[in-house]
Amino acid sequence: MGTVAVHGLCKSFGKVQALDGVTLDVPDGSFFVVLGPSGAGKTTTLRAIAGLEKLDAGSVHLDGRDATGDAPAARDLAMVFQSYALYPRHTAYENIASPLRARGCSSSEIAAAVEQMSSLLHIERLLQRRPAQLSGGEMQRVALARALVRRPRAFLMDEPLTNLDLKLRVEMRTELTRIHRSFGATFVYVTNDQVEALSMADQVAVLREGKVQQVGTPTEVYERPANQWVAGFVGSPPISLLACHAEGDRLVGTEGWTLPRPRWTTAEDGRPLLLGLRAEDLSVEQRGNASLSGELYGLEPLGDRTVVDVRVGTEILKVKARPTVTGTPGERLLVTVDLDRAHLFDAGTGVSLSEAGR
Amino acid sequence: MAVSVNEAVSTGPVRDHPPGARRLGGRSRSILEVALLAVLAVVMLFPVLWMIETSIKENRDVYAIPAKFVDFQVTSEHFKDVFVASGGGRSALSVSFLNSVLVAGVSTVLATVLGVPAAWAYSRFAVKAKKDQLFFILSTRFMPPVVVVVPIFLMYRQVGLIDTKLGLILIYAAFNLPFTIWMMKGFVDEVPAEYEDAAMLDGYTRLQAFWRFTLPLLVPGIAATAVFALIFSWNEFVFAIFLTSSDNVRTAPPAIAGLIGGTTVDWGLVAAASVVCALPVFVFAYLVRKHLVAGVTLGAVRR
Ligand SMILES: Nc1ncnc2c1ncn2[C@@H]1O[C@H](COP(=O)(O)OP(=O)(O)OP(=O)(O)O)[C@@H](O)[C@H]1O
Ligand SMILES: [Mg+2]
Repeated sequence: MGTVAVHGLCKSFGKVQALDGVTLDVPDGSFFVVLGPSGAGKTTTLRAIAGLEKLDAGSVHLDGRDATGDAPAARDLAMVFQSYALYPRHTAYENIASPLRARGCSSSEIAAAVEQMSSLLHIERLLQRRPAQLSGGEMQRVALARALVRRPRAFLMDEPLTNLDLKLRVEMRTELTRIHRSFGATFVYVTNDQVEALSMADQVAVLREGKVQQVGTPTEVYERPANQWVAGFVGSPPISLLACHAEGDRLVGTEGWTLPRPRWTTAEDGRPLLLGLRAEDLSVEQRGNASLSGELYGLEPLGDRTVVDVRVGTEILKVKARPTVTGTPGERLLVTVDLDRAHLFDAGTGVSLSEAGR
Repeated sequence: MAVSVNEAVSTGPVRDHPPGARRLGGRSRSILEVALLAVLAVVMLFPVLWMIETSIKENRDVYAIPAKFVDFQVTSEHFKDVFVASGGGRSALSVSFLNSVLVAGVSTVLATVLGVPAAWAYSRFAVKAKKDQLFFILSTRFMPPVVVVVPIFLMYRQVGLIDTKLGLILIYAAFNLPFTIWMMKGFVDEVPAEYEDAAMLDGYTRLQAFWRFTLPLLVPGIAATAVFALIFSWNEFVFAIFLTSSDNVRTAPPAIAGLIGGTTVDWGLVAAASVVCALPVFVFAYLVRKHLVAGVTLGAVRR
């Protein structure tokens, strides 16, 4: 068992409202990712779950039982700290062994568990070193090992892969997903890296300024963002947003363009809207009848593809294209739009208007 | 935690003088520096030297006029007199030294045992009006002992603590506690609270987390703080002379002061007793000098 549920968490530090009514429901055995930019309150959320933060309001339920007032030790959780928090006077071995020592395991059990974890995370060579003698990535792996050495109710991980180089990070991502599957344990995983969130999560909660913006599967969050901010935060290159309004059976852009009105919009005529278009739903090839005219602004070759920046009036559209695409800045272009996959947001509140009609 | 002086004191950019000018400037400055330091050293060290010389001079050389700086008769009589009474057995002075050891030691231990957890609590927890409380704690040190000695004398007489070692221990601990809290709070602030957080998630209680993971990191700070407290208690004079009177309670400073007076003063004995009194302070400061510098710079440089 290992469900984690928090309800209406509020926490302020002086004038900063770090958490503002955070409610999350983490099912048993899921890989639950909390995604948000720096300062969103991700660490504070994890610390609240762990019992390290005195809350202004809200409750924490573990396995359905109210644990709001419980001491951290009584919650049976393991955490990887963003700053690692490795004990400076202890060797890596002793650091990893600490959770087992605290719970009174025998030395032979400890030795076996530490050995297993260290071979899993490729840190066998480092066991006799102190944290000061480890690199950032090595410390991060020792911190991971210290959390994973035990089988707690749930694992809390605060950006555990950020300090690894890209190759190791991709490797560790796979490794963690594998560990998650083999442990069958609940993971609450904090990151500001959307690729990590989308590739690892069963469920993603998007957090911004202490408020949950959206909870859903990676596909839901990517395909049906609840608001303009989520749409902009998730996805790379970022979604392009064009100001417009509906007029009869057309969408009229503030920059003068017109597109057929998508069938699914229910927005009344004249209401200020934002049309959200992802790079992969746009094309510089002639494919459909819905298209926008603009001029080539720049090319960003990324190896497997090229992102074409197209200027429409004063707004920039990011368009995904084949890596072979060429062009000179200033050249006129027609951009084909896949309107079935477009998003519309209320320009004032940012709330998505796409869902109702689809 | 263990900040070396080199790290704590940044040297700043090296100026690029032409080599000749630098050497000249360096030499003239160092001559001035050496001269000033020499004067200062003579002024500071002469009384110490004089004390040490007097403590090993034969009595007639002590009173010799003009004073003998080098060609005097060396004797250990005065030191023997410090510890052994004229009729044999323990001297009153040696009892006072034992009293000093006891009073300074116990009061320092008391201030440390109470002050370190208090400092930890002030550093780690949200305490109401924390700044005001800390200022209040510090403010108890603003007043010189002479100002409060009379009320304390009256209170002590009421509760029967006059002329007891316990009374001295309590008053010294009370005086050292604010100092310990302030010094130690600086040291605790330097230790990330996340070590304790991690320990609590490992399964330790908050107190175990403090005891096992934070306290070992505080040892240098505790040593530095305790030495300061110890030196204060060891040297303290005002409370000691007002609150104690009998020979078997008196600490060394008033006991030594008591040797002066009367019709004749045995300066050799006074000097020898003073040397014995100063010795532990030297030794202690020497033993913990590394921690002292680290502690003092940490406390001074940060924030
Ligand atoms: N102990 C504290 N004292 C004061 N403010 C704090 C404290 N902890 C967090 N905050 C503030 O609360 C907000 C949320 O902080 P939090 O650490 O939860 O962000 P985060 O999402 O983890 O960011 P990051 O990705 O940079 O780690 C921030 O604005 C931060 O400045
Ligand atoms: Mg954080």
